[in-house]
Amino acid sequence: MAGDKLQVTFEADGSLSAPLTLFYPYNRTLGTTVARFLSSLADKRIEGTKAQDGRVFVPPAEFDPSTGTPLTEWVQVGDEGTVVQWSWQPAPFEDNTLDQPFAWALILLDGADVPMLHAVQAKAAATMSIGMRVKAVWAEDRTPEISAIRCFEPVGG
Amino acid sequence: MRDVAIVAFSEGPVTFGSTSTPVEMIVPTVHDVLKQAGIERTDVDFWCHGSCDYMTGQPFSFVSAVDALGAWPPIIESHVEMDGAWALYEAWIKIQTGEAEVALVFGNGKSSAGDMNRALSLQQDPYTVAPLWPGMTAMEGLGACAALQAGTVTERQMAEAASRARRDGAKNGNVLVSGNESADELLSRPVTAAPFRDHDIPAMADGVSAVIIATGDVAKKIAKRPAWIRAIDHRIDHQNLGWRDLARSTSAAIAASEVGVHKDKVDVAELHTTFSHHEQLLINALQLRPDATSITPSGGALVGNTLMAAGLSRFGHAARSIFSGSADRAVAHAQQGACLQQNIVAVLEGN
Amino acid sequence: MSEKTGDKPLRVRMPIGIDYKWCAGPASTDYLTGLKDGRLFGRRCPVCELVYFPPRNGVCARDGVMLGESVEVGPKGTISTFCIVNVPFLGQTIKLPYVAATIILDGAHLGFSHLIQECEASEVRMGMRVEPVWRDKAEWDYSLENILYFKPSGEPDAPFDDYERHL
Repeated sequence: MAGDKLQVTFEADGSLSAPLTLFYPYNRTLGTTVARFLSSLADKRIEGTKAQDGRVFVPPAEFDPSTGTPLTEWVQVGDEGTVVQWSWQPAPFEDNTLDQPFAWALILLDGADVPMLHAVQAKAAATMSIGMRVKAVWAEDRTPEISAIRCFEPVGG
Repeated sequence: MRDVAIVAFSEGPVTFGSTSTPVEMIVPTVHDVLKQAGIERTDVDFWCHGSCDYMTGQPFSFVSAVDALGAWPPIIESHVEMDGAWALYEAWIKIQTGEAEVALVFGNGKSSAGDMNRALSLQQDPYTVAPLWPGMTAMEGLGACAALQAGTVTERQMAEAASRARRDGAKNGNVLVSGNESADELLSRPVTAAPFRDHDIPAMADGVSAVIIATGDVAKKIAKRPAWIRAIDHRIDHQNLGWRDLARSTSAAIAASEVGVHKDKVDVAELHTTFSHHEQLLINALQLRPDATSITPSGGALVGNTLMAAGLSRFGHAARSIFSGSADRAVAHAQQGACLQQNIVAVLEGN
Repeated sequence: MSEKTGDKPLRVRMPIGIDYKWCAGPASTDYLTGLKDGRLFGRRCPVCELVYFPPRNGVCARDGVMLGESVEVGPKGTISTFCIVNVPFLGQTIKLPYVAATIILDGAHLGFSHLIQECEASEVRMGMRVEPVWRDKAEWDYSLENILYFKPSGEPDAPFDDYERHL
């Protein structure tokens, strides 16, 4: 808007630049499977679907990856699990659930057969290891979103 | 099948922080590739473009990119929200259907427009992964962790890949980073984003690549030694990282097998390795023999990751090795997505 | 941030925001810095010689070449086509009915959109000559919004031949 001074910058070669933010206010319709999964997170429960071969998927598979059959059998899994893979985030993005350096991990929750991606609050990369046990830390204000789990933390501190 | 060959390749300057608009960046490279082929833009039957709005920062940016081509008299064009290598695949199909003889394919990206590491989170599931904003480096870190644990890639192989990329980058010249460090020197540096050291992570870059492909007789008229696309295939792994075996690239292996990479010698393999551990994963998947094959002699995306163009550049550099006669049989590879999720592989031959 | 009533599907707000630095490039830099000074700059295509205002993305969409010399255009221009807006919509700030017109500035060959005010909507016509009404100079920024609207200049209408090629 004219009058609201634009934050323009003159680059070294004399050309103009300005900050630009694109914001997409998506309001997503979840569908029955994802809705149940995210709603259960808001209730501090982690649920997955059971495939025809018995594998439990968390987050839930809507359809059997092998056969394409809709999956309707639900299984509650534990809020503790084992780190299968991890990597270190030295500089968190402002929209991460943690604001200090932390780890990302694929976590195999107790009772699940497929690991789930989430953040792990750890003091340093050196404290992380494959096979370590972690436990979900629930957000205080939970809405049906994946961030209802704020992060995981090492079991036993 | 119609014989189709890559007949010209141009790569714009690999930079970071271009002050031009994306459209202005495209024009010189499109002009240059036409000049190299010795044809006019009106000789092009089909134009195909690869780019990504999330990277350009402008919805429908591909529409304005058509300005760069000159759309009068009217042209036939298309766009893929993918690296330019997939635009090449679409153009190849267009020629196979008999609807075109000559196609110009280009890809462009301007990484310096924003935090692409963060933006690339949006390639993941929009309900359960993207809202966490894991970032590209962290997701690739999970893949590298899996490969290191399984032993399909070693830390030394990662350092060797980075060392070679930096040395080859110095020879290429048109890259963002280069150096002569040995693998041992690189291994002595600190781990900054475990399991990565800084040199394992790609140098994000702005850039444009353009390639011209043409059918048999037209190709022979344009190029002294066309790079014939003998086979091309692309495959996709599941989007969800937890469902995949990240210690190997299943889709790359299938694509490589489909095009018969292993059926004959490979003089040059241009691999789209954005993170250092990808190189060994791809050598494994494509069943390459590093003692018999020159791996990514251009330096590759690790030393200049021109998003949405770097994959097409691998096709261009592989073709160049055929144009020059330094290779008789070359392999071009491009990827997209996290942890080598989508892979395209082609075999190029000089005869 | 979610809503669920009865058997309606669950909807969850999942916003995506990304910050960019947008570079204007040389052609739009001339255009925007010109506006800041109350002047109107387009660019000429070295091939077809048409003058683009605004200079779009710095290239001639017809010839696929970089636009060339900077050309000062306007400030007066001709309405090539227009529409009368009668439909209210969210965020509308202008009194209905109003006219949005495509204006070809003197010396330019590409139309751009702006408002027509200070006349009845029913008086607006193709070929009508118009001139800009600027905001207070103190409010000028790097923006076409420095021009509040265009108003009739009082000159005789331009002949159809003048703008026929640019419709």
